[in-house]
Amino acid sequence: MTAPQVEIQLIAAIVAAACALPGAFLVLRRMALISDAISHAMLLGIVVGFFLTQDLNSPLLIIGATLTGLLTALLVELLHRTGLVREDAAIGLVFPALFSIGVILISRYAGSVHLDTDVVLLGELAFAPFDRVVVAGWDIGPKGLYAGGVILLINAALIALFYKELKLATFDPGLAAALGFSPAAIHYGLMGMTSLTAVGAFDSVGAILTVALFIAPAAAAYLLTDDLARMLLLSAGLGITAALSGYWLAFLLDASIAGSMATMAGVIFGLAWCFAPERGLVAAARRRARQRWEFAQRMLAIHLLNHERQPGAEPELQVEHLWQELRWDRGFATRVVSLAEERGLVTRQDGRLELTDRGRLLAQESLLA
Amino acid sequence: MALALPDLALDYTLRTVALGAMLLGLSSGVVGTYAVLRRESLLGDAMSHAALPGIALAFLLTRSKESALLLAGAVAAGWLGALLVSAITRTTRVKLDSALGLILSVFFGFGLVLLTFIQKQPDASQAGLDRFLFGQAASLLRRDVQVMAAGTVAVLLAVLLLWKEFKLLVFDPDFARVLGLRVRLLEVILTSMIVLAIVVGLQTVGVVLMSAMVVAPAAAARQWTDRLGLMVLLSALFGVVAGMSGALLSSLTPRLPTGPTIVLVVSGLVLVSLLFAPNRGLVWNWARERARRDQVRAEGILRQLAALAEHHGSLEHGHPIAVLRASGWSPEQIEHVLHDLESAGYVRQVSADRWVITAEGMARVRPAVEAGKAGNELARPAARGTEVTGEGQP
Repeated sequence: MTAPQVEIQLIAAIVAAACALPGAFLVLRRMALISDAISHAMLLGIVVGFFLTQDLNSPLLIIGATLTGLLTALLVELLHRTGLVREDAAIGLVFPALFSIGVILISRYAGSVHLDTDVVLLGELAFAPFDRVVVAGWDIGPKGLYAGGVILLINAALIALFYKELKLATFDPGLAAALGFSPAAIHYGLMGMTSLTAVGAFDSVGAILTVALFIAPAAAAYLLTDDLARMLLLSAGLGITAALSGYWLAFLLDASIAGSMATMAGVIFGLAWCFAPERGLVAAARRRARQRWEFAQRMLAIHLLNHERQPGAEPELQVEHLWQELRWDRGFATRVVSLAEERGLVTRQDGRLELTDRGRLLAQESLLA
Repeated sequence: MALALPDLALDYTLRTVALGAMLLGLSSGVVGTYAVLRRESLLGDAMSHAALPGIALAFLLTRSKESALLLAGAVAAGWLGALLVSAITRTTRVKLDSALGLILSVFFGFGLVLLTFIQKQPDASQAGLDRFLFGQAASLLRRDVQVMAAGTVAVLLAVLLLWKEFKLLVFDPDFARVLGLRVRLLEVILTSMIVLAIVVGLQTVGVVLMSAMVVAPAAAARQWTDRLGLMVLLSALFGVVAGMSGALLSSLTPRLPTGPTIVLVVSGLVLVSLLFAPNRGLVWNWARERARRDQVRAEGILRQLAALAEHHGSLEHGHPIAVLRASGWSPEQIEHVLHDLESAGYVRQVSADRWVITAEGMARVRPAVEAGKAGNELARPAARGTEVTGEGQP
């Protein structure tokens, strides 16, 4: 790996981790789409800020764009509160309008300023290493690394500092409000964090794909754990994994790095969706299958118990008759009987089934329950 | 402008653009009504972003720029996106908003990977797939418009044929289920219609902003009516107006991207509707609120003057505004209200800054005072009030 390659991966990983932290709360608080709105609408703030400062890394631009993000959240809230449109429609109305103004400004003045629609929208991580921080003649690394690092630190510090408040407000907003934590302060605090992160990330991954880094790793982590602290760490870890694997995918295909990172974030969510230990599709299917066999064995035990109590019903205890009696498929019945035998619930003598003590106990338990 | 119009009508490109934009507004306006009423506004957002990889894959597989093929890819991908969103919300605890955001950004990201991959291919530099990002009305061909027309006709036919079913699905899905309608199937048809409408507009508005065309005309139309039929018509009208004016504006102005222009026009329509629509509009609401507040304020002042007149036993003795200030309003506000009351004949200005209630004023306020004293008793008729006021006169 060359030095620029290492730097690109470092920046990608840091940005991904910075996005994943607030992302966890966005997913838990059902605000994922507000982050979509913010990261689209912020384009306007970035464009206006750029016209004023002529520098994509100027602190003024970052503050301006962050405020635009907050403004978006505020506008959505205001529009929703008029009672004239629902929240989903309010989101769908606000961000396209702000975003459109941004795109029109860029294309109208693209000739006179150095700002490209593609760069702002889609990001170009490949160029990040060329923009360097030079202190007293010393080159101390790419700017993107420092910008991402500062935002990651701010996010981590804020979450660590207000961990209890955020946790309570997320899982029990009623109690949090009763205890005196202002829901508005927490909402807009989180929105501010999201905006700041989106501003920091748009440079590397573009306005649209920040959404992928906010939501996909956090949603995957949500499927893997029930513990908030673990979910935060997992989100960050999965975000970093998506960033690094995305970089190499882009390298292989010679395609957009940001797009590849988003794709890998989606793949990671897909993997979690299928294979999560408890909540994955595979685990759920297995659980269902196990329950099906377990239920069938109980049925068998109950059936045998009933026949034990009615003398003269001998023929029905044959394995051969069982499948007709219980309306089971023949193969299924054979499998259930052998499973029950293995478990020591029944014994078989000349094709005749008899309950063991254990089987009798299970049947009686099942009937009582 | 009058001179330019005949030229406009003859110009092939402009006619194509206007027609395409009209179809876009029509289909998304109609479909948007249902999406907005079913609180699925943002499903369109996810599906339009999701269409991008479909377009790119269709191109990669066929190497053809034929719009019907590319749009077929878009339909397939949009559909897959919608399917995945519903599968995620059904089988995991991830909520709808996260599922939408996830599908939207991941599909879009994958689309970008494919687009950048295509750009690096030797034979594909002219693929022109970029126009699907923000739309390019000027690039519409007659062939494209034919494809769009087919999509629009399909959407309109579905709405006409399933009018009652969709109406029930929107307003009372449980009742629809009880009636034995196949709700699941209807939902699938509705989703397909949204996908179709989005795909119709993709070339003109682009994947990033297409969702606004689903939400905005319907949200604007909602403000003007409470009837579904009228809302569908209005929404279609708003869509057509925004689509046409936006598309024409952008084809006539250099460096004005079509999608954002159309979205700004339609956002303007929404803003006007939110502010001025009769009954629901914010301006009327605000005016009503203000009128009510003024009335309450005026009645409060009248009541105070009535109490003062009773206290002094005189309808001649004037009182300064300063006495009335106790109620917490500014003297200017009170004076303003007093002048209003004077022109209505309820109060009289005795001298500068001296006001007294008139007999009519007493007549108006007395029932209220009586009712207040009597507790739960209803306000008495005005005739009785006049009688009581008469006693107070010297």
